[in-house]
Amino acid sequence: MRRTSLAILSLCALALVLVVAGCGGTKSSSSSGGSTEAGGETASAADCTPAQMETHTAGTLTVATDKPAYPPYFEDDEPANGEGFESAVAYAIGKQLGYPKAKIEWTVEPFDSSYAPGPKDFDFDVNEISITPTREKAVDFSAPYYAATQAVVALEDSEAAKAKSLADLKDTKIGVQINTTSLSTVDEEIDPSSKPEVFNSSGDVVTALKNGQVEAVVVDLPTALYLTAAQVENATIVGQFGKAEGEEWGALLAKESPLTACVSGAIEALEESGELEKITQRWMSQAADAPQLH
Amino acid sequence: MTETATTAPGERRLERAAAKRRRTRRNAAIAALSSVVVIGGLAALVLTSPGWPTVRETFFSWAEFKNAFPEVLSGFWLDIKVFMVVEVAVLVIALAIALIRNNRSPGLFPVRLLATVWVDVFRGVPTVLLVYLVGFGIPALELEGLPTDPVVLGGIALTLSYSGYVSEVYRAGINSVHKGQTDAALSVGLTKAQAMRHVILPQGIRRVGPPLLNDFVALQKDVALISIIGPQEAFRVAQIYQGENFNYTPIIAAALLYLLITVPLARLVDRMGGAEGVR
Repeated sequence: MRRTSLAILSLCALALVLVVAGCGGTKSSSSSGGSTEAGGETASAADCTPAQMETHTAGTLTVATDKPAYPPYFEDDEPANGEGFESAVAYAIGKQLGYPKAKIEWTVEPFDSSYAPGPKDFDFDVNEISITPTREKAVDFSAPYYAATQAVVALEDSEAAKAKSLADLKDTKIGVQINTTSLSTVDEEIDPSSKPEVFNSSGDVVTALKNGQVEAVVVDLPTALYLTAAQVENATIVGQFGKAEGEEWGALLAKESPLTACVSGAIEALEESGELEKITQRWMSQAADAPQLH
Repeated sequence: MTETATTAPGERRLERAAAKRRRTRRNAAIAALSSVVVIGGLAALVLTSPGWPTVRETFFSWAEFKNAFPEVLSGFWLDIKVFMVVEVAVLVIALAIALIRNNRSPGLFPVRLLATVWVDVFRGVPTVLLVYLVGFGIPALELEGLPTDPVVLGGIALTLSYSGYVSEVYRAGINSVHKGQTDAALSVGLTKAQAMRHVILPQGIRRVGPPLLNDFVALQKDVALISIIGPQEAFRVAQIYQGENFNYTPIIAAALLYLLITVPLARLVDRMGGAEGVR
């Protein structure tokens, strides 16, 4: 008896505390909401020099990506070798901002933690991350450095490989990698009769395709090219989707990072000079050849 | 407290009762005050931390919660279904393993050895690895007739793992029944099998009710592990939303759904344990 009444009393007290605390929380968050508005930034190249930029480690540009880093975005799981599309882009951005190769450090940042609140261990993160308005509520994105489309890959002798249209893929069992925009592309464009299987890594996606756990996989087109060329011998690209909106990749930075404008400015400069086009051509060249599915 | 007063309560006795009431009130006040101080202090610490507004937005966003909840809930239904099926399979297989391991007949030695290896291996390997190995390994065999459905494969992996645990719980229960019970059963003319079925098991299993339920609770949570081989169950759906919107709130939504099942189960375990103690 006594214990019950004690428990009830403490519960009442607890509820009171939580109510009070809850009110406090609302207040403090709404006041910080006001300060978020002051984020309208445009690049002024003059402020973007190693001497002026407040980087994670002074004088050094720290760039992040996930591990393992896959081709064609990185080669040999070694971002620091300058090989692969995103490695090359990162070094080009660094060069544009005045950081020589030796002043660019790489760090490993799993995708899931790259957008976690709190201080970041990097200046910017390149990890094939698509820019979307909802994501921009949590982080900053640079200007886009690549426009990706999604592609369908299936084993050559499978039913799915014969598909000529999106409707032909309706009853296909499809696999995708989690945290990619592939899933929403599949749901919106194909709307398959059975829910797609969602795997942890692109390695698992490839295994599932090989094993026949799924009949087709949907991945970024450059990944599809690499997959069919190097990873699964008897796989073929069935086709690519029409360019979906919001499928542009940008570098990820901490929310309201002072560097966002600089990185964006560098990417825009690379685009104007044709350097970005050259890098894209070199590492992602065959991307335009796949037939389009409607 | 239960004895009945034969005479009118004396002054000392009234005094003692009053003191007891005072003490009760004081204890209640102290408990309430300390709850306010401790919990309020913790809450204040979290709520006044510099990162709280961001954490609130990224982990406790009501808009995100509403957005993701229906899908997470439908994913959770898959978890429940898997749990129901696996639980039944585990109870049956684990009992078989426990009985085999407890059987002393020399002819059954190889089966006993297999059962021991089964428990050692499947209980010894982290469940998440087992799910992964079964999920990707069995389809890789490309044998006709083997399942490739990830939900089935995940269910098999969970069954392997938990039958290891649960068989040991059964065995503990069986071994806790005094040997005299078997002797008595045999002396009245029951066979060994009949003695096990009608005398030992009913007593043994009854004793391990709470630990069995405890494993149910664990299994119910571990169903989320099948997400790594593809099925869109609650955790996977939550992760999908999380990656899409860079917001962790859907994970909280999934966690709440699990609590909705596991907390009542835990109370049930408590109650069973309590009843056991009284008896």
